[in-house]
Amino acid sequence: MNVPENLKYTEDHEWARVEGKVAYVGITDHAQQELGDIVYVELPDIDTEVEKDEEATSIESVKAAAPVNSPVSGKIVKVNEDLEDEAELVNKDAYAAYIFAVEMSDPSELDSLMDAAAYKKFLGK
Amino acid sequence: MLKRTVLYDVYKNYDGVKLIDFGGWELPVNFEKGIIGEHMAVRENAGLFDVSHMGEITVEGDTSEEFINYLVTNDVSAMHDNQCMYSPMCYPDGGVVDDLLVYRYSTGKYLLVVNASNVDKDFSWISKENEWIKKASEKPVLENISGRMSQIAFQGPKAESYMKELVSPEVADIEFFHFRDDLKIDGKKAIISRTGYTGEDGFEIYLANEDAADVWNYLLNATKDRGVLPCGLGARDTLRFESKLPLYGHELTKDISPLEANLSYFVKLDKKDFCGKAALAAQKEHGIPRTLRGCEMVDKGVPRAGYTVHLNGKEIGFVTSGTKSPILNKFLGLVLIKRGTGLKIGDEIEVNINGKMKKAKLVKTPFFKNTKQTQQ
Repeated sequence: MNVPENLKYTEDHEWARVEGKVAYVGITDHAQQELGDIVYVELPDIDTEVEKDEEATSIESVKAAAPVNSPVSGKIVKVNEDLEDEAELVNKDAYAAYIFAVEMSDPSELDSLMDAAAYKKFLGK
Repeated sequence: MLKRTVLYDVYKNYDGVKLIDFGGWELPVNFEKGIIGEHMAVRENAGLFDVSHMGEITVEGDTSEEFINYLVTNDVSAMHDNQCMYSPMCYPDGGVVDDLLVYRYSTGKYLLVVNASNVDKDFSWISKENEWIKKASEKPVLENISGRMSQIAFQGPKAESYMKELVSPEVADIEFFHFRDDLKIDGKKAIISRTGYTGEDGFEIYLANEDAADVWNYLLNATKDRGVLPCGLGARDTLRFESKLPLYGHELTKDISPLEANLSYFVKLDKKDFCGKAALAAQKEHGIPRTLRGCEMVDKGVPRAGYTVHLNGKEIGFVTSGTKSPILNKFLGLVLIKRGTGLKIGDEIEVNINGKMKKAKLVKTPFFKNTKQTQQ
């Protein structure tokens, strides 16, 4: 299972890549495998306020819709518009295909996320 | 504890198998190639499905034909031996108990194939709850043999050529919605019908449980190098959806009549009394409340079952099934909406997707029809 070292992870199988005050968020390789063929990614609106561990948007496989929670609180500042027409990019490389970016209101929330080692262990349970 | 079919042990170790709880059964939603890969295999080549969870009920005795004709809305008296017929089975109020296939061996012997999630409800309805059976002096012998039977569906435009090669050249002579029970597969007794739930040509094969694994392996091992895939319930659903084949619990329920689901072809109001006839005839006379239509999303989004459908700000119905069509690459939905809205093909409606009103337009159904097929 692909779990990059430089990312932070949630128990809901989202990842966060931190660049300054901004966290880029996507779903993990494990999550995309579980979902199967992804056909649609709902992109949240820019400037929407999101809360840590609350649903920020959703991602849809052929079979079902799954929520994507935000790993951190803050404001959506960017979305990955490539996914609008190519949702399958999430299947191809889940870590390259961020879904949205959050300007964090409380960066200390990052401390509650898992690092790669902890997430691997979590997956192994 | 989830129920498993006898084929579970065969495919539980297949690469990429993903198992889900389907109405109490632990069944594969897809294998390694994914729903879309399996879907395309069935549209272009062939795929093998384990549908052993389906229920089978036998009906035997002199009054069988009369009894079944009371239970179902289609007219089984028009059948001949070795024919299959699709029919809804209704409650007195016109709501649907289940939809099923009737196999006629003779007027004194039938096999009913019902949906997995409805087996217990159906058997109870058929064997003791309906008015005919309560009053009958001469009752047919009914048996729920679901626990002893397995079913494999071999579906796709090339299924016939594989079956001719692997079973018998005679399978080519089995006409659409007919069956044979005198052909063996790899030495195993089988009922082979030219039926399916994919919109493609193909066969459904009924076997004794103890023979199912051998037959599955025999068919798949001989064809997998030619691109035949084991397929899960995910592809079964997307295939039937594109072809607008109803799924009980979605397009048909106890609260949706077959006339509303646009299945009037299978409701023979001119035959003598049957369960639900008065209610369905009244619907037809006074106006069928709703109609099942197809829509294609104009705005992006996936219309899922249960989402409400709106016209000019008013709710007019809901989505019964929806997904992204693998073959058309479009977001499509089946919608059960009020009749009399005046909506025509191409007209816009809105679907409430998670609180956002998204535009869709009505399109013709079935969404997809395989033009290569010679039979319906």
